[in-house]
Amino acid sequence: MSDGIQAVTMPKWGLAMDEGMVTVWLVEEGAPVAAGDELLEIETTKITNVFESPAAGTLSRRLVGEGETVPVGALLAVVAEDGAAEAEIDAFVERFRAEFAVAAEAAAESAAVEPECVEAGGRPINYLRAGTGEGIPLVLVHGFGGDLDNWLFNQPALAEHHDVVALDLPGHGRSAKDVGAGDLAFLSGTLAEFLDALGIDRAHLVGHSLGGAAVLGLALDHPKRAASLTLISPAGLGPEINRSYISGFVGAARRKEMKAVLAMLFADPGLVSRDMVEDVLKYKRLDGVSAALETIARAVFPDGRQAVSLAERLGELAVPVQVIWGRRDKIVPPAHAEALPPGLPVHMIETAGHMAHMEAAGEVNRLIGAMTG
Amino acid sequence: MLQLNRDDLVQAYIRMRTIREFEERVHTEFAGGAIPGFVHLYAGEEASAVGVCMNLEDKDYIASTHRGHGHCIAKGCDVEAMMKEIYGRREGSCGGKGGSMHIADLSKGMMGANGIVGGGPPLVCGAALSAKTLKTGGVAIAFVGDGGSNQGTTLESYNLANVWNLPAVFVVEDNGYAESTASAWSVGGSQLKRAEAFGMPGREVDGHDFFAVYEAAKEAVDRARAGKGPSLLHVKLNRYYGHFEGDAMTYRADGEVEALRETVDSLAAFRARVTETGLLEGRQLDDIDREVAASIGQAVTAAMSAKAPGEEDLLTDVYVSY
Amino acid sequence: MAKKSYRQAINEALAQEMRRDPTVIVMGEDNAGGLGAPGEDDAWGGVLGVTKGLMPEFGRERVLDTPISESSFIGAAAGAAATGLRPVAELMFVDFMGVCFDQIFNQAGKFRYMFGGKAVTPLVVRTMYGAGFRAASQHSQCLYPIFTHVPGLKVVLPSSPYEAKGLLIQAIRDDDPVIFLEHKVLYDDEEEVPDEPYTIPFGEANLTREGKDVTIVALGRMVKFANQVADGLETDGISCTVLDPRTTSPLDADSILESVEETGRLVVVDEASPRCNMATDISALVAEQAFGALKAPIRMVAPPHTPVPFAPELEDLYIPSPEKIGAAVREVMEHGA
Repeated sequence: MSDGIQAVTMPKWGLAMDEGMVTVWLVEEGAPVAAGDELLEIETTKITNVFESPAAGTLSRRLVGEGETVPVGALLAVVAEDGAAEAEIDAFVERFRAEFAVAAEAAAESAAVEPECVEAGGRPINYLRAGTGEGIPLVLVHGFGGDLDNWLFNQPALAEHHDVVALDLPGHGRSAKDVGAGDLAFLSGTLAEFLDALGIDRAHLVGHSLGGAAVLGLALDHPKRAASLTLISPAGLGPEINRSYISGFVGAARRKEMKAVLAMLFADPGLVSRDMVEDVLKYKRLDGVSAALETIARAVFPDGRQAVSLAERLGELAVPVQVIWGRRDKIVPPAHAEALPPGLPVHMIETAGHMAHMEAAGEVNRLIGAMTG
Repeated sequence: MLQLNRDDLVQAYIRMRTIREFEERVHTEFAGGAIPGFVHLYAGEEASAVGVCMNLEDKDYIASTHRGHGHCIAKGCDVEAMMKEIYGRREGSCGGKGGSMHIADLSKGMMGANGIVGGGPPLVCGAALSAKTLKTGGVAIAFVGDGGSNQGTTLESYNLANVWNLPAVFVVEDNGYAESTASAWSVGGSQLKRAEAFGMPGREVDGHDFFAVYEAAKEAVDRARAGKGPSLLHVKLNRYYGHFEGDAMTYRADGEVEALRETVDSLAAFRARVTETGLLEGRQLDDIDREVAASIGQAVTAAMSAKAPGEEDLLTDVYVSY
Repeated sequence: MAKKSYRQAINEALAQEMRRDPTVIVMGEDNAGGLGAPGEDDAWGGVLGVTKGLMPEFGRERVLDTPISESSFIGAAAGAAATGLRPVAELMFVDFMGVCFDQIFNQAGKFRYMFGGKAVTPLVVRTMYGAGFRAASQHSQCLYPIFTHVPGLKVVLPSSPYEAKGLLIQAIRDDDPVIFLEHKVLYDDEEEVPDEPYTIPFGEANLTREGKDVTIVALGRMVKFANQVADGLETDGISCTVLDPRTTSPLDADSILESVEETGRLVVVDEASPRCNMATDISALVAEQAFGALKAPIRMVAPPHTPVPFAPELEDLYIPSPEKIGAAVREVMEHGA
């Protein structure tokens, strides 16, 4: 990498992604950019998302046209510090492309990071571990009906600086479909057993929705195991929950129904792609999933209300806690954040719905990064 | 004979009388134009169905033919529901959707009369396979006519029942006519030699003699229940009516049916046997005759006044779910 | 997730359902193979090896080899289904339906209706269909329109390994008689298939491509061709929706009609002989119920009205090809631009 010249490459969002299409450029060639500025929109078969500039400088080259599809890792653009010579930039591009061709060939031969399986509490738990392998690990816990792939915009970015583990909760993804009593105590307990199984004493816990309540429960039950807590649109902080989402998700068996249910998750329902719906349906078709979801829904959200509120116990925690919420969350009301004890940092993201970590991935990643050092 | 006690004999007589009375009434009512479609009457053949089915329980299955009323009654189907079905009524055995040729009651082990000649034997192989696989101790009986005995389905079923060693019995009811064609002409070789060729025992039985049918069927059913495989009964009998109601029977000899009614009547033969040996009294049988006649009369009355299915029934019962 | 072939996916579905439910049995010619012969047991596992390994695991009582006697054993499967078992009977080639069709359409298919809703007949007939195997006129037909014609039957055409496993498990658990048609040319196709059992509901078309210009409805092996064509045309700026009905009975008319309402153009690709096939059926549906949405005449891509030829040169001409499908799409795109 040349000093002052930064490559912008096609990201890998999720295990299944091997290429992406540039749908629209949001910055003109030659225009100045700051790190974190939205540079372009990328569409995969599963989802469309904005991609942010990794560095500050000038967007000196846009190398892929709108509507073009390129493989993961391919060079999309170059951001150069002011004063970088044109010839130097051209040489950088040429060198990158030559190396990328070799790297792509090597990558095709070597196995990518694959999910693994570990027994926790007698149940196989599926997880994906990526990153540096150093420091206190981050553990990412998805919500009701989700899986580790929900972190596709977060885990790769966070893994650049951390050891990051994302798992499938019992009853979800490729983990065991037996969910015992299916209540919060079960989910928190399974998380503790999962950390044991991986030999993780202490972790930065990041939980979304039901996963937020689960990591909060874990931190309260086992205070020494949490280094910090990031709760994204968490359950467990108030009685309300969108009952039609829960029952709709449990009940939907067909594409149209499921698409309508998933649309509730996002501020921009256009994000719900054919592949996203298909992936959820493929999960829901597995034997045991309906029963698992019904059991959890009955235990955690009986009669369309949240069974347990942990809000008043937040004061027991001695570790840093932050709450992130999408203002346009239609599943768990953002109002729950307003009732939290003063002094607890709440980051309200105006443009996001229930899936802030997908719809505002860059900002959520920065907030998690700031919390975990 | 007898493993049959008096109650069994009474039961056998009630069933035979019920079949006779049922068919005579259907004949009359059909002639009067009250019954839609086709009916094929079993009158004259009563001893066959009852003699076989007196060996069976609800867990045992039978499959029948076009001429199915007798088999249904012998296997314990509800007579009033049958009459309603023949009238095409909503409360009929099949909700008015099957009619005479498709009366069935799987809960009684009756897999249906069948509109397809030779349709039953393969199905019976399946019921016998269920009994064998699920170890119910049950057996399955295929009734076929002499016409059905020439269908490939029947002959293939003989083979399959043999190679799978199924608890099945094939009862060939040979009333001398396949529709209008004489079995003397249409059946090549012999029924018993066919059985032998497929590796199973076969017996010829006088189909007007309840006791003979009962005993022959008992041997075959016991053998099947014991896991020793299939066998065949060639039951020779006569039908009092045509192939279907409305059949002018011009292929039969003058006076043939009248003579048969005089000389080979399975009910009369049964009555003579049980009264002569003192097993039952004539008065008892007279009472049964009256009671059966009354109950059939009641069934006809009920069927005539029962409701037809309506538009709301047109689209139902095609699938369990669709 | 592991990649599995269409053949493996079907085998796995059978094995998993047999483990789950002791009333599930399989039967057919040479489903194990070698019975009574001096050589190996489980010699074939079906003529193309789809049922291989089931007999050693489940025994001869639940994996029944049959004589070559379709009318008796397909009928026996129907009778067994009505009396407590869940048989999966293999009709080796669908072309052999001629000797056992009565058992399927007059018996199994009508029990429930004729008996006033009191019969339950959870029968699956697995059968191989389709051209491309150089197997000539009596081993290459599609014939699924004939089954589709019969009320009381459900008809399933899995187009890929994932589809095959989920649809077969659904078929086995379904309480109605199901004809499950396996395209013989797809047996070695591979894709990711979950290890766990799962079911795909009947009567919902699979949206395999989402586009705005043309709706392509394709069945069985033709889905693969239609997807290839859609991907190729994408680069030319033609955006195709591809719908795989999965089941021709029930048929997901809603998805087809909704898609045509959006695109205004329809191409139906059907490997079955062209008269009274699924292409004519679906075209009639759209002409009747979405006529106003059409910007172009409907195009049907189907083989000619001939038996399936033997000579490879002729058979290749016979089968609807990606080229013919692409040409049909370009043709409908000339209208209503």
